[in-house]
Amino acid sequence: MTGKRMQILLALAGVIVFYVLVKAAAFAGLLNPYWQRVLDQSLIVTIGAMGLSIIYGFTGLFSIGHAAFVGLGAYCAGLISKTWWEGGVWSFLIAIVAGALFAGLLSYLIGMPVLRLRSDYLGIATLGFGIIVKVALDNANKLIPDLGGATGMTGVPQVANFDWIFVFVLLAIVLCRNFVHSTYGRACTSIREDEVAAEAAGVNTAKYRLVAFVFGCTLAGLAGGLYAHRYPFLHPTNFDFLASIDYLIIVVLGGLGSLTGTLVTAIGWVFLLEGLRFVLGEQFLDFRGVIYALILIITILVRRQGIFGGKEFGPFAPGRMEGGVAGAAAGNHKSLR
Amino acid sequence: MESFLQQVINGLQLGLVYALIALGYTMVYGIVRLINFAHGDVFMIGAFVGYLGFAHWGLPWPIAIVVSMAVCALLGVTIEFVAYRPLRYAPKIAALISAIGVSFFLEYFCSLKFMFGPNYQVVTRPFDVVTWNLGGISITNIQVMIMVTVVLMLLMLQYLVHRTKVGAAMRTVSWDHDTARLMGVNVDRIISMTFAIGSALAAVGGVLYAIAYPQIYPFMGIMPGLKAFTAAVLGGIGLIPGALLGALIMGQVETMTAAYISSQLRDAIAFSILILVLLVRPSGLLGRTEPEKV
Repeated sequence: MTGKRMQILLALAGVIVFYVLVKAAAFAGLLNPYWQRVLDQSLIVTIGAMGLSIIYGFTGLFSIGHAAFVGLGAYCAGLISKTWWEGGVWSFLIAIVAGALFAGLLSYLIGMPVLRLRSDYLGIATLGFGIIVKVALDNANKLIPDLGGATGMTGVPQVANFDWIFVFVLLAIVLCRNFVHSTYGRACTSIREDEVAAEAAGVNTAKYRLVAFVFGCTLAGLAGGLYAHRYPFLHPTNFDFLASIDYLIIVVLGGLGSLTGTLVTAIGWVFLLEGLRFVLGEQFLDFRGVIYALILIITILVRRQGIFGGKEFGPFAPGRMEGGVAGAAAGNHKSLR
Repeated sequence: MESFLQQVINGLQLGLVYALIALGYTMVYGIVRLINFAHGDVFMIGAFVGYLGFAHWGLPWPIAIVVSMAVCALLGVTIEFVAYRPLRYAPKIAALISAIGVSFFLEYFCSLKFMFGPNYQVVTRPFDVVTWNLGGISITNIQVMIMVTVVLMLLMLQYLVHRTKVGAAMRTVSWDHDTARLMGVNVDRIISMTFAIGSALAAVGGVLYAIAYPQIYPFMGIMPGLKAFTAAVLGGIGLIPGALLGALIMGQVETMTAAYISSQLRDAIAFSILILVLLVRPSGLLGRTEPEKV
């Protein structure tokens, strides 16, 4: 048995153990509904963050409007379920997939013109798009009353339980892992490292920029669809500029170019925010934002390359067959921009 | 026609305040290539200190502006020293995240009860509003005060950047840190000064904003900050005339949209115009596209 196969088996065992532990804890009453919600939310955020990790962490496309795509997915899937709910698995799956595809389609339409921009300018353009989406969602009830507009949207059937979310997280992780280690992923990484050199080496940079962007935004839409079926109240502020910043923070703190980092940081970040509420108690709850900000500043000052610094562990690491060069490129780059 | 001219005047008032914030963004970006996300919050603190100055400490309003400028300049230098300087030669994104952290810190810290508290505060203006009627267009003394102050600030800044030794050093550092150092420029000091000047300008903007739109709260800096930064990008980031041009356009677009289309779509239209301009001129209206270096 090669080391690689061993790792995959170990990862699979870990996944099963995690699932069983969560289920057992919930059954035994150790995991109350509140923390179950936090856990579910952290997994949903993970899916969205994985998307941004592909876009920014691996391809280097600076996007500060990621939450907008989560919101588009959430509202699209939510509207479908709210309007044409038939009950059953298929109805749910159709809504989720439609939400993801809708976010993907819009990211394609906006990405076509906007991805020509570079670094900070691309960031500002995506930030602008995020604000446009927020305003559109705020006023959406004028076109389709069911969307609720600035008062928020309710009435989406709450059918996305932990099991479903868990399945979709696994799906997202496997998709991202395989994407990163495919020809596509290596083309994307080469764009991040040096776009001119990538172009000179025959990489169709325009195409791969768009591929990475649409893929990442589709995952954001998927996260949104799950969110809509897990949390009964959708509001445009859930998907505004500050939410986009949260995704950016997760990806950067995890370490650019590290799926391991994104996964761990996404879950850790959501639990940190809720944990602070718990630790501080009623009396010092006002200090939550201050402590959150200090943790953020200190972490980035201490670990400027992110917590995982572009390194991958376990099943995320590239396989032996891909050879040392690809492995070095994916695991050890120091020049993050 | 008269109501249109009236909107132009109102847009000018907003645009000039944006210009003061945009200048700080553009100067800092020009020199350290950093989107200083905390700048909007420096603007907020400027507004609060100015308001406390003329409403609670009994200072005359010009003195309140000066006090606010001094506090914010000091704050700007401190932020740079604590949060950005250790990351100066780190990947750019690290400093950006640090800036976001500082921004959150200022917002939440100022929301604490012993600071300014989380709620809106109504600003009592230091003087009564006087409205003059010029051929159907009304101009307030606040608008005149904003115009005079901003023009004064711009002239001083223009003099500083183009006619003084410090200004020459700042322009040198914006080209290349290492070369500037070889020419005997104290790069750290120049960067500190840039933050001080930018923050002082934001403080002026904050006080003027508080007088013109008399409602302030700790999160008030986010949207004006974003818009001012957008304005700087629109005009061509790193360029002082670009920041002014972008801010004036932004002010007009916002006011016109609110007046003639819909006030709820204001932000969406402002940012749509930004995206369209960037697509046509990727470096902003006045910016020059630099060839990609290999």
